[in-house]
Amino acid sequence: MSSDPTAAVSRPKTTGLHTGDVRPGVAKVDPILIADGVRRHFGGLTAVDVDHVEIPRHAITALIGPNGAGKTTFFNLLTGFDKPNEGEWSFNGRSLSGIPAFRVARLGLVRTFQLTKALGLLTVLDNMKLGATQQRGERFWTSFLPFIWRRQDQEIEAKARDLLVRFKLDAKEADFAASLSGGQRKLLEMARALMSEPELVMLDEPMAGVNPALTESLLEHILDLKDQGMTVLFVEHDMHMVRHIADWVIVMAEGRVVAEGPPDTVMKEQAVIDAYLGAHQDVDLGVVTGRIQGEHTAAEAELLVEIEEVEEGTE
Amino acid sequence: MDILQILSNTAAQILNPTTIGFVLAAIGLAVHFGFTGLLNMGVAGFMAVGAYGFAISILTFGLPWWVGALIGIGAAVVFALILGIPTLRLRGDYLAVVTIAAAEVVRLLFLTTAFREVTGSADGLSGFHTDFRASNPLPAFSGNVGFGPWTYSRDQWWVIIVGTALVLIVLLFVWALMRSPWGRVIKGIREDEDAVRALGKNVFSFKMQALVVGGVIIALGGIVTAMGTNVNPNVYVTSQTFYIWTALLLGGAATIFGPVLGAVLFWVVRAFLSNLLPALVNIGALPFLSGEQAQMLVFVLIGLALMLIVIFRPQGILGNRKELTFVK
Repeated sequence: MSSDPTAAVSRPKTTGLHTGDVRPGVAKVDPILIADGVRRHFGGLTAVDVDHVEIPRHAITALIGPNGAGKTTFFNLLTGFDKPNEGEWSFNGRSLSGIPAFRVARLGLVRTFQLTKALGLLTVLDNMKLGATQQRGERFWTSFLPFIWRRQDQEIEAKARDLLVRFKLDAKEADFAASLSGGQRKLLEMARALMSEPELVMLDEPMAGVNPALTESLLEHILDLKDQGMTVLFVEHDMHMVRHIADWVIVMAEGRVVAEGPPDTVMKEQAVIDAYLGAHQDVDLGVVTGRIQGEHTAAEAELLVEIEEVEEGTE
Repeated sequence: MDILQILSNTAAQILNPTTIGFVLAAIGLAVHFGFTGLLNMGVAGFMAVGAYGFAISILTFGLPWWVGALIGIGAAVVFALILGIPTLRLRGDYLAVVTIAAAEVVRLLFLTTAFREVTGSADGLSGFHTDFRASNPLPAFSGNVGFGPWTYSRDQWWVIIVGTALVLIVLLFVWALMRSPWGRVIKGIREDEDAVRALGKNVFSFKMQALVVGGVIIALGGIVTAMGTNVNPNVYVTSQTFYIWTALLLGGAATIFGPVLGAVLFWVVRAFLSNLLPALVNIGALPFLSGEQAQMLVFVLIGLALMLIVIFRPQGILGNRKELTFVK
């Protein structure tokens, strides 16, 4: 793959995902995941209160919102890591309510975590091999009979090595995962999730703590997932990244879906800017600092001028 | 002071059935803690369940010794299930609290006079070795046979042979388990069970399997100890659990041979100190101690050793040096 940013920009966005007017809860042409009336209370606080939302298939959907909007809680509910107080949600038309997390993963819906969960004292290769499903050697009674599982284990190992090469982690294969940098752990976690050949990959803040050099390659990997026919849903704070790769954006605030739509339109919606982004936050830090030559909206340009004035004032 | 006698007593400890039982218990705890990350603080309880299951089957029900051993193992499986079902869904620390309490409950049940007929109460159980000794295939000889400090009677040799064979079989079994994909999942659970759950593994089921496997191995330790000596509730106290933890951490928790080395070293050092310190008191080298205090000092030193291991060498003697860098 290429880490050339111009090549990345050229990839076309998937369009025509919805039917009818763009509004929160709009029906999708081909939804992979549908949530209905999902609510989660923590004491008096309603963390998640989603009336209806559909995730389009074969597309990259971003879930954005301010801190405390309930994005990660919603993730946990969808993947079986937490149980909602009420609500129904289905994956490929199959209801997921009451299904434990490990079964959800087996159905083809895998997730990563905001705080990376690399298995520190396992080698990178073992981390990867753990991701494969339906391993015969994982059954207790056959585990000490290697002739039953050796062939399958070799196939898994070959697949793991392929993925490690794609993610440029092959040189690290014998190292403990604990010795990887934060960004490499993010890559490892994503690669490990792919071992199970999922249909829907849910990434919780894939860019958090990743240095700019790795960001571009991570973005490429996420775009590759779509090319390979997978569906991606990710939570992210980096607006530059959202605009760059997302085909569809869902905005949450205070547990509710307040807006959704294609990235260019949804980020201009006044409701989104007011309720979530504020007046300043839709400018990527990279644009502000001049690291990225971003396309500036009128509001952003105004803000840049403002910032320069403030900076001059302090000097 | 007879230094040769002290060294001989120390060396004899290596093949003592109590040491062999200890080795097995430490291997079982390695499966629990070293590989799966389960904080089992009820090791003594598992040993007691195995030992009493063995002795009661023979004494009360008149069963052959090997059926008694199977019943001891079965009792450990039931004990593991009872402990695991309510606690394994919770965070790890809860298992520690529940196991330490359950081990005490087990000990007090064996101690109470209510079941004196079956358990022997505070006197424990004895006289259940006849059938086991009758199965001894060694040629008949009288007196003690062996070399150097390792001379034992025919009955004692039979226990040593059975115990050592069990240790070898269990080592092979644990090694085969831990290099398999099953072992990979188990070690993954030790590192982060949510991550393993997100990869589609039934974490509860794997933890339960590990709890049962380790529990059975610990119970085997109790059974081997019972084969060599009597069964007494005062052996299966909480400090017994901590001795086994010391032995495990000394050898290396996440290794195959670590618990063996740790348990043997533990008993050798303990035997050496319990022989040496009173001898030093006798010749007046430790004027501030009485003989009885010298025996207690042994345990003070063992406690000190446990602290020093955990602080300065948390991966144990045989643990991977690289792992030390990443200890959380």
